[in-house]
Amino acid sequence: MAKIKSPAMLEEYRNEILRKRKYYFRTISLCGGPGCHAQHCDEIYEAVKKAVEENGLSENVEVKKTGCHGFCEMGPIAVIQPEGIFYKKISLDDVSDIVNRTLGKGELIKELLYPDPENGKPITKESRVPFYAKQKRLLMSMNEYIDPCKIEDYIAQGGYSALCKALFEMEPMEIIEEVDKAGLRGRGGAGFPTASKWRACRKAIARDGIKYVLCNADEGDPGAYMDRSLLEGNPHLVLEGMIIGAYGIGATEGYIYVRHEYPLTVSNLLVAIDQARKVGLLGKNILGSGFDFDIKVSIGGGAFVCGESTALMASIEGRIGEPRVKHIHTAEKGLFNRPTNLNNVETWANVPLIINQGAGKYRKVGTKTSTGTKIFSLVGSVNNTGLVEVPMGMTLREIIFDIGGGVKGGRTFKAVQTGGPSGGCIPESLLDTPVDFDALYDVGSMMGSGGMIVMDETTCMVDIARYFVDFLCDESCGKCVPCREGLKQMLYILEDITEGRGTLEQLELLKELAGVMRDTSLCGLGQTAANPVLSTIRYFEDEYVDHIKKMKCRAGVCKALIAFSINAKKCTGCMRCRKACPVGAIKGKKKEPHTIQAEKCEKCGICLEVCEYGAVVRK
Amino acid sequence: MVKLIIDSQSVEAEETWTVLEAARYYGIDIPSLCYYEGLTPTSSCRLCVVEVIRGGRSRLTASCSLPVQEGIEVRTNSERVRKARKMIIELLLASCPNSRTLQCLASKYGVTKIRFRPEDRGCILCGLCVRMCEEQMQAGAIGFVYRGVNREVAMPFHTKHDACRECGACLFICPVCEMPCQGPMQPGQLCNACLDTVQLEAFPCKD
Repeated sequence: MAKIKSPAMLEEYRNEILRKRKYYFRTISLCGGPGCHAQHCDEIYEAVKKAVEENGLSENVEVKKTGCHGFCEMGPIAVIQPEGIFYKKISLDDVSDIVNRTLGKGELIKELLYPDPENGKPITKESRVPFYAKQKRLLMSMNEYIDPCKIEDYIAQGGYSALCKALFEMEPMEIIEEVDKAGLRGRGGAGFPTASKWRACRKAIARDGIKYVLCNADEGDPGAYMDRSLLEGNPHLVLEGMIIGAYGIGATEGYIYVRHEYPLTVSNLLVAIDQARKVGLLGKNILGSGFDFDIKVSIGGGAFVCGESTALMASIEGRIGEPRVKHIHTAEKGLFNRPTNLNNVETWANVPLIINQGAGKYRKVGTKTSTGTKIFSLVGSVNNTGLVEVPMGMTLREIIFDIGGGVKGGRTFKAVQTGGPSGGCIPESLLDTPVDFDALYDVGSMMGSGGMIVMDETTCMVDIARYFVDFLCDESCGKCVPCREGLKQMLYILEDITEGRGTLEQLELLKELAGVMRDTSLCGLGQTAANPVLSTIRYFEDEYVDHIKKMKCRAGVCKALIAFSINAKKCTGCMRCRKACPVGAIKGKKKEPHTIQAEKCEKCGICLEVCEYGAVVRK
Repeated sequence: MVKLIIDSQSVEAEETWTVLEAARYYGIDIPSLCYYEGLTPTSSCRLCVVEVIRGGRSRLTASCSLPVQEGIEVRTNSERVRKARKMIIELLLASCPNSRTLQCLASKYGVTKIRFRPEDRGCILCGLCVRMCEEQMQAGAIGFVYRGVNREVAMPFHTKHDACRECGACLFICPVCEMPCQGPMQPGQLCNACLDTVQLEAFPCKD
């Protein structure tokens, strides 16, 4: 394909793609996101492609493997356009039916439709499924129309029109002003106003004329995968945002820092960059505007701390991924000591949207101080696991109960953890907190990059705090004392409490230590590392006290504080638990009540799970 | 010259100075472990934290790498600083209980108890040796390996490397590999023998 040298040529190219598309009367897009990938969507995709060819439909039916659609719980999923039919949990056996009946004749397959959780009636259209109906999918909605490895798909959806507008109709400062007016705040977690960052970097003087824009795709929070899905499913959206940002800032080079645990993201991204270069959307003289900009991909080494800006830059430079003090901002001296601007994947993805629809329209979504939408990965004990994109200001209750469909297995809700290891746990009483940067900060948590872990009564809050501190202990770079030594001691104290050796003095020490860590740590990781501990103490102190004073773990998680026994009256002597016990701790003859030998018992809880008579008791 | 306030005194400092240098020039004591004149400051021990008030907002920040700025107010001995400093000394003592330097710091700044679980690692990972080897000796024979709580100073692949000329500069600069404190203490405990001999608040500061 020849290089596109003007906006008119891009428009012509777009029309040509759309003309070719007219021959297709149906499109099936199979989700190829991380969740569906794990459910063997690749095999299904190959099977559908083969079946379409065998049925002679290949000229009229388009088969697409796209990025993540969002509803991971129901994977593998497929959406058939133009009707918008939504099929859930498809398997290889369903392929011939889907191809023959739905793709060929337009018939519906009832068994594959999503049943309404309220009345059980099958829902045909994707947009009617409650999970999608209450979302506002400004960024994610494009995923299902796009094969990430085809730039044509993105251009057909109106892609790179924002870039044309920015390059030919706007001055660089106008772009920054527009982003400022839109009120875009960094989606990486802290919510710093994006335009202020850009302005500082534009103002900074580059001695050799080189400035950088970076994209932070080092997403490492446990349970979070929205940046991955966005970059993997729609890489051109992020590229377009970066090119616009670079034009606004006056940068000439860009880096996307992706963690090495995301191989598919890297390969999709490399394909996308290559295609963009070939058509002249990256490289010298973009679209004939005279603006030069190119993007490189840098793969991380697997350190969580490299999500911190200065550590990320050190890692790109080839040094150890460790943060440094930021008395001189990275906008002035960042990567290779040149002015650098770093934004998160989702922030970049919002830029084309703002330029396309204008700040006024963008501002209409969200709250006054937090505009636009935010993607969360809703995971944990919730019925509809997946990626949800909601307008800022929606309450946590709406997200968890209306979109997420409530807590799994009819259990009671206990807390929701937002913001990953830097965030905190929010209890039931604060579920009406709206999700925006400031409201979440006020309740002791933070927006973070968008992980949202729902927890029910079977989760012990002390154990959750211990889990996050343990995670951070491994992931701290170890450079500064409060973070390295503080986290280690914090873990010891939490281990003491969960193992029944804790004292009330230790609880006070924990609070004091958390305060000092927040005050004195070198980088954001250490400063926020105590948040999981502080927020669980703030809202669930009674659980801590229970562990210490009564030696009791309410949720039955902390092994040292629980014991299993068998109620002789209920036990029928069926031998199930005896056979299931991995350590042989259960003794007893057939049809006689069994007993658990406490000294051998590993407290794994398998006996409790297998017993059909409710005879096994956990105390 | 830059004008700033340190501990309620108006002082003037050279533009290239850091807050730590300015404070020490005026005889104000700020403890530090990972700072050494002539080596790049890394601000990793966090012992030199001071309270900086700028535009009505106060925060703690390491003074060894903070350049002096016009009009800022620095408090080196406020309640918040003292609390943080004591906690950091306590944390360091838990990881290196027999170090004489740390025992002296404990006495000087009034740390009388280690409430944490002591674990003698014999190194506080201040990185002075690494910087000394690289910046002054131009050898670069040692560096940090591993991450987080497992971090340690080592030669590449834990073998003796040719780059090491055995000059001993690392030994010279190390604040903890000296004779252990000769005080009457058990491992993991504080000596505090010289607790009352030092003046705690040279420049008392109102909070």
